[in-house]
Amino acid sequence: MAKIVAGVGTSHVPAIGAALDNGRTGEPYWKPVFAGYEKSKEWIAKLKPDVCIAVYNDHASAFSLEMFPTFGVGAGEEYPIADEGWGPRPVPPVKGHPDLAWHIIQSVVQDDFDLCICNKMAVDHGLSVPLSVMFGQPSEWPCPIIPVIVNVVVYPVPTGKRCYMLGKAIRKAVESFDKDLKVVIFGTGGMSHQLAGQRAGLINKEFDNRFLDNLVHDPAANLDITHLEYLREAGAEAIELVMWQVMRGALDDEVNEIHRFYHVPASNTAVGHIILENKKS
Amino acid sequence: MPINAAYEDIPGTVVFDMDRARQGYHLNMFCMTLMKPENRVAFKANEAEYLKQFPMTEAQAKAILSRDWNAMINLGGNIYFTGKLAATDGLSFQQVAAKMSANSQEEYLQMMLAGGRSVEGNRSKSEWKNRG
Repeated sequence: MAKIVAGVGTSHVPAIGAALDNGRTGEPYWKPVFAGYEKSKEWIAKLKPDVCIAVYNDHASAFSLEMFPTFGVGAGEEYPIADEGWGPRPVPPVKGHPDLAWHIIQSVVQDDFDLCICNKMAVDHGLSVPLSVMFGQPSEWPCPIIPVIVNVVVYPVPTGKRCYMLGKAIRKAVESFDKDLKVVIFGTGGMSHQLAGQRAGLINKEFDNRFLDNLVHDPAANLDITHLEYLREAGAEAIELVMWQVMRGALDDEVNEIHRFYHVPASNTAVGHIILENKKS
Repeated sequence: MPINAAYEDIPGTVVFDMDRARQGYHLNMFCMTLMKPENRVAFKANEAEYLKQFPMTEAQAKAILSRDWNAMINLGGNIYFTGKLAATDGLSFQQVAAKMSANSQEEYLQMMLAGGRSVEGNRSKSEWKNRG
């Protein structure tokens, strides 16, 4: 039986990827950001997951106003790195796990979630930056990745509660897969930030830290955060935090906090990061 | 109007809702073409001519040509789409955010280093009434 053993929450700020790609990680501005992931890299290298499920949002890269799915699962063999306007990031393509991905699709759709099945999809910084901060700069990623996309760009976007329930459905799907696989699930994006308008640069440390605390001790409390509250309290793009709810929903109610990191700023954004392990794993 | 537009009360913030997604369709789809290097070259070679391929409004085209980032957003542009235009210009998301919300790049950088823009006084349009 396959099993989700741990969850990783992390921001996916594109500038973090650019800092890595351009060899700027040692600069005073960036050093504390990467220091916050040192322990995480050691943790995941030791854990050696067989597969990672990475929940992220497409930033109008594979999708556009032509089509924008609310939820989708990558079922392909391989995903190229998107050119977001400055050329693709110099990182390896992402290899998928079609067997488990199709199994998840089969199970989760039967659990009332209507997924978009994505076979051909360029992946952007939303996926590649979390891989970079967790795995560094290898010539190929150490395990297959199943991308799970969530629309947080074109409103209406799904609620945090719906995302949490999707996490539960994904967990159920993984646990009914007939091969022994150790799976880690990533929830990415956030934390507080706003990229556009006269209020750009908004950061709310209290909101972010309360969200992190709840994630560990009282995940249900985060489910009541409305879209309006995310936007008003933590900036327009803080809505990405609903994707952390997918990750949290896929874990046990009781978890151990392995690592936490919070830092302002990276570009326009508060960087948040947490690692949670299921107690019984 | 969207069913719940309470977010219209948030100051200095444009939510990419159904009205904006419809209004900004062609502006945003122009931005999508900038994901190809040959299109970036063609756009840079003659911006006004390139924009003629897209049935956007005059005001939208003017906002693009003058790089009025707030106007693009107010006319239905979305930051992840206009971000492709920014990248084509060699600008980062931070540089564009500074252009939209601060007097200078340095002022914005310092604000972020000091912990970012506080939510205090920035939750509701009623709090911005007395701003110049």
